[in-house]
Amino acid sequence: MHKSFIFHNPSVLWFLLALALFTMAVTVLSEAFGVGLVSTSFVKTLGKTLCLCLIAIAMDVVWGYCGILSLGHFAFFGTGGYAIGMWLMYARTEGIVAASLEGQAIPPTPQEISDAIGTQIFGVVGSSEFPAIWAFADSLVLQLLMVVLVPGLLALVFGWLAFRSRVTGVYLSILTQAMTLALSLYLFQNDSGLRGNNGLSGLQNIPGFEDTSQATISMVFFLVSAIALAAGYVLFAWVMSGKMGSVVQGIRDNEARVRFLGYHVESYKLFVFTLTAVIAGIAGALYYPQAGIINPAEIAPIASIYLAVWVAIGGRGRLYGAVIGAAFVSLLSSWFTGGGAPAINLGFYTIQWTDWWLVLLGVSFVCVTLFFPKGIGGLFDYLVRKPS
Amino acid sequence: MKLTTKFSALAAAALVTTSSAAIAQSCAEPIKVGVLHSLSGTMAISETTLKDTMLMLIEQQNAKGGLLGCELEAVVVDPASDWPLFAEKARELLTVHEVDVIFGNWTSVSRKSVLPVIEELNGLLFYPVQYEGEESSKNVFYTGAAPNQQAIPAVDYFLEELGVEKFALLGTDYVYPRTTNNILEQYLQDNGIAADDIFVNYTPFGHSDWATIVADVVALGEDGKQVGVISTINGDANIGFYKELAAAGISADDIPVVAFSVGEEELSGLDTSNLVGHLAAWNYFQSAETEANTDFIAAWKDFAGAERVTNDPMEAHYIGFNMWVNAATAAETTDVDAVRAAMYGQEFPNLTGGTAVMLPNHHLAKPVLIGEITEDGQFDIISQTKEVNGDAWTDFLPESAVLTSDWKDLGCGMYNTETKTCVQLTSNY
Amino acid sequence: MHAIREAVLLLSLLCLSVMPAYAQSDAPLQTILQTHADEVAKPGRRSVSVVLDDLDASGLPNVLPFLEAWQEKRIWQREADGVFFLAEEDDDDLNLRDIDTGAEDTALKDGFSQVKPNGGVRRVIATALVKFQLTDPDLDRRSTAVAAIARRPDANQLEPLLASVDREVDAALKARKVQLANFLSARFADSTEDRIAAIESLSSDTSIEARAVLNQILETTSGVAAERPDVNIARILTPGTDLSVADAYAQLVDAELAPAATPSTVIRAALEANITNGSVAGIPTAELDNDAARERAYAALATDGLVPPLVTSSEQSKAADAAVFYEAYKEKDAAITDVAARVLEEVEARVAFAQTVDLGLDALSLASIYFLAAIGLAITFGVMGVINMAHGEFIMMGAYTGYVIQLFVPDYTLSILIALPTAFAITFAAGVTMERLVIRHLYHRPLETLLATFGISIALQQLAKNIFGTQARPLTSPAWLDGAWVISDVIQISYIRIAIFVLALIFLVLILYVLKRTRLGLEVRAVTQNPGMAASMGINPDKINMLTFGLGSGIAGIAGVAIGLYAKVTSEMGADYIVQSFMTVVVGGVGNVWGTLAGASLIGFLQKGIEWFNPSNTLAAQTYMVLFIILFIQFRPKGIVALKGRAAAD
Repeated sequence: MHKSFIFHNPSVLWFLLALALFTMAVTVLSEAFGVGLVSTSFVKTLGKTLCLCLIAIAMDVVWGYCGILSLGHFAFFGTGGYAIGMWLMYARTEGIVAASLEGQAIPPTPQEISDAIGTQIFGVVGSSEFPAIWAFADSLVLQLLMVVLVPGLLALVFGWLAFRSRVTGVYLSILTQAMTLALSLYLFQNDSGLRGNNGLSGLQNIPGFEDTSQATISMVFFLVSAIALAAGYVLFAWVMSGKMGSVVQGIRDNEARVRFLGYHVESYKLFVFTLTAVIAGIAGALYYPQAGIINPAEIAPIASIYLAVWVAIGGRGRLYGAVIGAAFVSLLSSWFTGGGAPAINLGFYTIQWTDWWLVLLGVSFVCVTLFFPKGIGGLFDYLVRKPS
Repeated sequence: MKLTTKFSALAAAALVTTSSAAIAQSCAEPIKVGVLHSLSGTMAISETTLKDTMLMLIEQQNAKGGLLGCELEAVVVDPASDWPLFAEKARELLTVHEVDVIFGNWTSVSRKSVLPVIEELNGLLFYPVQYEGEESSKNVFYTGAAPNQQAIPAVDYFLEELGVEKFALLGTDYVYPRTTNNILEQYLQDNGIAADDIFVNYTPFGHSDWATIVADVVALGEDGKQVGVISTINGDANIGFYKELAAAGISADDIPVVAFSVGEEELSGLDTSNLVGHLAAWNYFQSAETEANTDFIAAWKDFAGAERVTNDPMEAHYIGFNMWVNAATAAETTDVDAVRAAMYGQEFPNLTGGTAVMLPNHHLAKPVLIGEITEDGQFDIISQTKEVNGDAWTDFLPESAVLTSDWKDLGCGMYNTETKTCVQLTSNY
Repeated sequence: MHAIREAVLLLSLLCLSVMPAYAQSDAPLQTILQTHADEVAKPGRRSVSVVLDDLDASGLPNVLPFLEAWQEKRIWQREADGVFFLAEEDDDDLNLRDIDTGAEDTALKDGFSQVKPNGGVRRVIATALVKFQLTDPDLDRRSTAVAAIARRPDANQLEPLLASVDREVDAALKARKVQLANFLSARFADSTEDRIAAIESLSSDTSIEARAVLNQILETTSGVAAERPDVNIARILTPGTDLSVADAYAQLVDAELAPAATPSTVIRAALEANITNGSVAGIPTAELDNDAARERAYAALATDGLVPPLVTSSEQSKAADAAVFYEAYKEKDAAITDVAARVLEEVEARVAFAQTVDLGLDALSLASIYFLAAIGLAITFGVMGVINMAHGEFIMMGAYTGYVIQLFVPDYTLSILIALPTAFAITFAAGVTMERLVIRHLYHRPLETLLATFGISIALQQLAKNIFGTQARPLTSPAWLDGAWVISDVIQISYIRIAIFVLALIFLVLILYVLKRTRLGLEVRAVTQNPGMAASMGINPDKINMLTFGLGSGIAGIAGVAIGLYAKVTSEMGADYIVQSFMTVVVGGVGNVWGTLAGASLIGFLQKGIEWFNPSNTLAAQTYMVLFIILFIQFRPKGIVALKGRAAAD
């Protein structure tokens, strides 16, 4: 089975090779483990981009392979980030509080410690009590479990309801969008207990590694992200290469026909939806410690639409397409908005890319949809494969 | 097209050099000043103005001969109203461009995003906007107002001068209104206002359906008490709010409204003829009649365009930048620790008269102004206090009343005066 | 002219040199003002009454014009000698008028400072002006006086007000005076009978002022006593049910009826103060990391008499149970408070009803806004099955059209009349262009239409930012749309919202007419139900699609003008409505105008309903509404009004 899977998918090997080479190159050039040509801030950018690639391949599986245009996958990405963020904030604050209470004449009661941590974390948003959802925040193991469980359960419940009612097509897209909107509106409220609009911050400081430099921490996260991407890629390629993959792609092409063949379409869709949500959650849990802060704006509907944009530009239905799309568009976007692109002087008007990048992106997106439905990945296919 | 083409030309280029022949080249490299304001996204409207202000101040300083014999060079980056990107860009400024000081940020969440980076790399940030307090970082100077320099005096004015007995605290749902209203609720109760006489409401960013909320506020008057509104409503949600107020015929004589986030810029999106007499509290209004302010406005209009208005955070940058220049001159270096030590006690004249002083808690002593909205979208200053010392930790919430910040002598931003211990050396983010 | 001004300047300089600038005998008002110069220049609400009392006592005829000028910030003070003038600004000059003599003069503004009484002081001055204005021949002044009484009702206003009622010629103002006199008598009349009669007459009045009168009569103070005191008691509170035991005990402590409780921080401090050799009362400090051990140690210290004894929670509740917690009326006469309480109860019942009606109006208004925003989308999405993510940007384009037209046409009524058709034309054209260039190629790929139109949406939004900036732009409604339709103090709705409601109604009728009664409508319906069959009957689906899309977009443009008028015009305003609009269409049921109406009504009323349950958090209302919609679609995937047959499949 395993042999034939790789045999049928030489692209997996090529991808792994490319990723390994890239990772090694960055490691050698990094400040932490190498010659220092690549700055720590760029390592962070690259590490985050790898996480975005991971959620992009999840999106590709759910949309490109299964035909469900989910406009809500960033909700899972975000919940994964929140789950790990809660532990990071709690543990870091606990360390600070413990240090400050140490020198006192009378040892603190557990209640006093908990109150002090609460004040530290929630004082910023004008409250001091621990909401119930922070019950497991003191345990790394439980919170890591949450990274998988919360997005998974959310996807399972939502998917079960939606697929059971046979909500399909654009209706489903709008429904997933409503889901992520509801979640972000909920998190925007202070009463949600996750610090409202401020979200969770200071996540780049990993408890227990206070003395480790950010250069090293960001390199470690970069490497872990690369491994996660590789694992996710292999996992999805494997799942999609088997019989499962055939059924799923059958659902995409003609759902009714697959159903008539006796397959329980809803279960397949639910499985794909939930699996990709879990991977999205893991990607988020790796992303936000590198970004340093997570807040509800991250899971606003627009983020998930951009995810679809990446996948579409990269090329749907091919995993490497999603990776190319996510990496290409997000890096290009930061190059343009970061002022890296030179302004174009037209004489009567100067085109500033900070102002015009979104216009360019929007228009090129329309063009890709109209003229290159297979995206950049399709171009790749055209070059690699012999015309048949 | 956009009327600011003149410097949007500068905006995109990461490095902006404002050269001046007058500077003696006694140093090999110019001193770099980081400008970390959003030039795109939702906050661009407010922050682009501050970026322009910084460019103007740096240009003026270079014309005066630069700093320590060196030319100043602005390094402008665009964090695009994306909070995680603020942290990334701050790291880039400090490690790649190696700037000596950063002027930047508007929203509290962007500041919280930047704090860990600035503290890790021992940078120096000047933050120019009024904020909710409850924070003190060794590496940040807060040149905007703390709650006791804006909210508390405004509430005092309501209690003392307008005789308001019942309060509606309306805010946009984010950290500044939440924390400020928390402090105000406690403060009002300490001043004998019953908890039942305080109505609190939070609305989302950009909220536009205000009819019910305005009706709720009017209904507060049913027990015959004078009602007043304390508004921490942010940004363009104000437009719908004031339009609904005007439509309901609520004059400032019936129910006065004092806003903490409405300045000259925000009023330009509104017809103010129905809002005359409603109030705003700031440390600066464009209508302040001093010579320094006249010069500043003239220089600004000359630099940015005749139709531009000045506002409070611009004055904060003006004071902050000049204090930094003076501190660096006094320390004879731009080294962060040396400049920080020289900052304490720095004095610089306010644009509204009087002198701002940098306190050991990294806040300024500044006067508080209350203005009434006029028909031409400006403010008529009707009350101006003496300089008020900015307080990092409010005295009105029990858990922060015991805290104090003193980076000069105690060397701690979160010092518990009861247990006499330093809670933490980093800031809470 | 110049020479004259110089001469005047010279003259005033001469005047200055022979101080004082005013002779006391000629200037009685100025003299009074100068004795309180500081208070006149910087008046405070609480302290200004000294000046007003003196002015009142003087009986001078020019007190009235002075007070009016003072209130309107028309008094200026000469910095050199502190003399006050009536003055009008004229660029850099001031046209001065002497307060006593009325002599006119001109001077540079530089040497003067404007006296700016704040809002509170202005209100006090207005009250002082009442007795002058109440019988003034000018109707405006009389109205101002009556308004001043309404803002600051005061016992000694009752008599002058009553006296002025008979002589009042204006019928409306007379009615208002009678009403106010009634309010004042309810609170301040001398005899109990008069007051009760006045109070009874308020039972049909739901105005805020009437309720204010009743509530003020019924004002209570809370207190605690060992035994039931002899006051006009409103109600007795039971600790544990009406107020928490902790609060009750705190009140006891405040009233010095019980010893202070010992909170954990005090225990901790007491323990810290009594550490000897690493232990407290024999218990090692290391063991004091829980509350039980700390209380034991504290109790031990208390037995030694080192600290006050611990007040346990059972002792607290026992003490609270023994005392009487009550609320007492400030009004001592129980007969009056009984009547007032009964009347207030009646009034509140009416008010509750009125509030429900008002909430209903708000909900209706919100529904009409949602309907207007969504109806264009309902046409394109429902009829053509095309998801147009740029719909919100068409709304925005309409609003900016309104703004641009107001730049050129300053008359607001005219500009709106021009803006509505122009906005329709522009967005119609934009819609048709988009259909021709993009959507036409994607009819069989609905998901890709969604993404392509999203691309157009972000491009348009950014373009708007580049052109108009991120700043919100003003779109001002004509004066006849200012203000609100006031049915009562509780039920009112602004004219602009009524206008939007009417606009929504017009569109509903118009679209129904177009779809059901015209050739175009027939063809549109035919294409909707079966494009292939329609084509074979000689209908050109291409043309129909183009026109339908244009129509939908054009309506979005008009909606944009309306929404801009009541809220704001920014580049992001479209994004605020797009998700809401989709939900309206989907909840209502696709392909049906009535469905959109039902969807908009459901969402509007639901949102207001949730807001009513939790008025302090609008965001929560929106969250729950979206959640409700998600669940609703699960159970009714085709919406409220579902089309039957093949047309309903996507």
